[in-house]
Amino acid sequence: MKTDIVLAGVGGQGILSIAATIGMAALENDLYLKQAEVHGMSQRGGAVQSHMRLSDKEIFSDLIPKGSADIILSVEPMESLRYLPYLSPGGWLVTNTRAYRNISGYPDEQEVLGEIRKYKKYIALDANDIASDIGSNRSSNIVMLGAASPFFQIPFESFKEGLRKIFARKGDKVIDVNIQALEAGRAFADKNM
Amino acid sequence: MDRLLLLGDEAIAQGALDGGMSGIYAYPGTPSTEITEYVQASKYAQDQQIHRQWSANEKTAMEAALGMSYAGKRSMVCMKHVGLNVAADPFVNSAITGVNGGMLVVSADDPSMHSSQNEQDSRFYGDFAMIPILEPSNQQEAYDMAYEGFELSEKLKVPVLIRITTRLAHSRSAVVRREQKEQNAGRIPSNLRQFVLLPVFARQNYEGLLNNQAAMEQEAAASPYNKYFEGSDRSLGIIASGIAYNYLMENFQDRQLPHPVLRLNHYPLPHQLVDRLLKECEQVVVIEEGYPFIERQLKGFQEKGTPIRGKLDGSLPRTGELNPNHVARAFGLDQDEGQPVPSIVSKRPPAMCKGCGHIDAYHALNQALGEYTEGRVFSDIGCYTLGALPPFEAINSCVDMGASITMAKGAADAGMVPAVAVIGDSTFTHSGMTGLLDCVVEKSPVTIIISDNFTTAMTGGQDSHALGRLERICEGLGVETDHIRVFKPTRKNYDQMVDIMKEELAYEGVSVVIPRRQCIQTAKNKKLTERVKELGL
Repeated sequence: MKTDIVLAGVGGQGILSIAATIGMAALENDLYLKQAEVHGMSQRGGAVQSHMRLSDKEIFSDLIPKGSADIILSVEPMESLRYLPYLSPGGWLVTNTRAYRNISGYPDEQEVLGEIRKYKKYIALDANDIASDIGSNRSSNIVMLGAASPFFQIPFESFKEGLRKIFARKGDKVIDVNIQALEAGRAFADKNM
Repeated sequence: MDRLLLLGDEAIAQGALDGGMSGIYAYPGTPSTEITEYVQASKYAQDQQIHRQWSANEKTAMEAALGMSYAGKRSMVCMKHVGLNVAADPFVNSAITGVNGGMLVVSADDPSMHSSQNEQDSRFYGDFAMIPILEPSNQQEAYDMAYEGFELSEKLKVPVLIRITTRLAHSRSAVVRREQKEQNAGRIPSNLRQFVLLPVFARQNYEGLLNNQAAMEQEAAASPYNKYFEGSDRSLGIIASGIAYNYLMENFQDRQLPHPVLRLNHYPLPHQLVDRLLKECEQVVVIEEGYPFIERQLKGFQEKGTPIRGKLDGSLPRTGELNPNHVARAFGLDQDEGQPVPSIVSKRPPAMCKGCGHIDAYHALNQALGEYTEGRVFSDIGCYTLGALPPFEAINSCVDMGASITMAKGAADAGMVPAVAVIGDSTFTHSGMTGLLDCVVEKSPVTIIISDNFTTAMTGGQDSHALGRLERICEGLGVETDHIRVFKPTRKNYDQMVDIMKEELAYEGVSVVIPRRQCIQTAKNKKLTERVKELGL
């Protein structure tokens, strides 16, 4: 069993908290894990990615080879397209549809969505809307993780456990709202797969 | 023992802590910063009073680490690759003095220049200084090498260089800890002339270093980090080092790897192992991250003339970071290339944050410089370097830490007046002060803008040595008080800023202009915010 995930977004959007939750869930399932992060200059509002690899066998490369990622999990629609060369033919493209416009040449949003829909296996949702419905704007990342969760070979319960550990210091309220966010994302994916 | 999920950087830090380190010295620099930050956050380090404050620059850090080694304790100094240029003088000479307590030098290279000005390979520095180099393939080895490195250093009596690259520095994986070692008790060197590099003693030491080379090579030959894997198909032999070994194995996880493989993670090159591969195989391919360091050495020392493939013959790319796909191509393996990136996807380069003080300073500077011809602004290394990009396009150079001031001086010497330098507060105390002294001594007509945000921002908001000291440093170096101009860069103060800059641009001597406002990324840093208040800044 192996799951290779490209996490994508813009510096400052917090894809590393998604990575941390997956990491906790993976450790709980006794999986090997490697996760390459981007630090430094690109974190200042540039395109950022994280390669996350889970396996029940030893993992060598910290980087995912092209054409072999099982999931692209993006918190921004245009960024989801930037990493298509990594996606395997049967892989899933899971993306937030809320655009993050911090550049002048941002393409037409409908065209971006059009490109995403060209791909057969995609899940696209406005995670910010869903997070705000729950009353926690900051949980859109976890909504996205929930939406990608069916494509991991990890029990859903492990992600919840991961959230409990990651947010342990912040108290039960924060944990609960993030579990709600995770479940809302999952529900969307289950309906739209 | 504990199993931790650690970045390569953090694994080195934990390994050093567990290996009995008494002090870490560093200046922040991507991708090395997290090593020191990890020690700073460690409760154990706090309880044990392990030294963990930032240094002014890599040279002061290296020298302090050597001083701690002199006193018999184990020290580590960490930097990014170009930081080793700054520290090159004490680094090379620390091999001549040798060590007393074990000393580790960690240099994190940045191939592909994710956050750097070049992609130099620190292994050449290790070779140049003639000391052992350890190059981990993974996070566990990063931990182990730091843990064991102090003993290797004490055994061979020289500093040991640990070389990593960005990918390992910033990738997380599980690491198993080993037993906590005690710190060394302090002890003065038995030979009180060991560290005195007067020619008469230095010659002896240098002779000793040369004589020590055989022992270093023997250590490498017997090292568990260097391993020869048998293979039946000897039409090709493979040498793979550090993280590049992973990219090789990634391609052969589900395929038979029929060729002999020599994994080389501990230098100097062990001739014994390398000779065997060269003799046994018809040709050899070298897979390494960075410059063709092993490849070039192989071309030099073999007698048989086995053809060598690698970066020099184009089998692997000469520039940038390696990846599994490059290695697959070098072996002619089939691989999926995935879908192309749709053409509507536009570039998203990093940019200064919304509300950043540098932005206001640049708008004012562009306005103030409007009446002069273009191309007069020398800049430096930090967030403000992003001022080179639209919409500002406000700066014309970025070379190395501190170069803004000295290049502006050189240009002014050539008659380019006004000449402007833009430098951050932390970069100024790193390497700008001596250049400012040069300007003062010659009363050079330069305008130096120290864009002060109270932090080392680009690397994530580390402490700045300049905090609360900037004007006094400038005055102390001899800048006239009337020409040290401080203001808050905001939209409201725009006209005032432009006026001040114009006045100082017109002054035919040394001016220091200080736009001063806290970095917005540090807004959550209560300690800093309180300190700023205390200082009345």
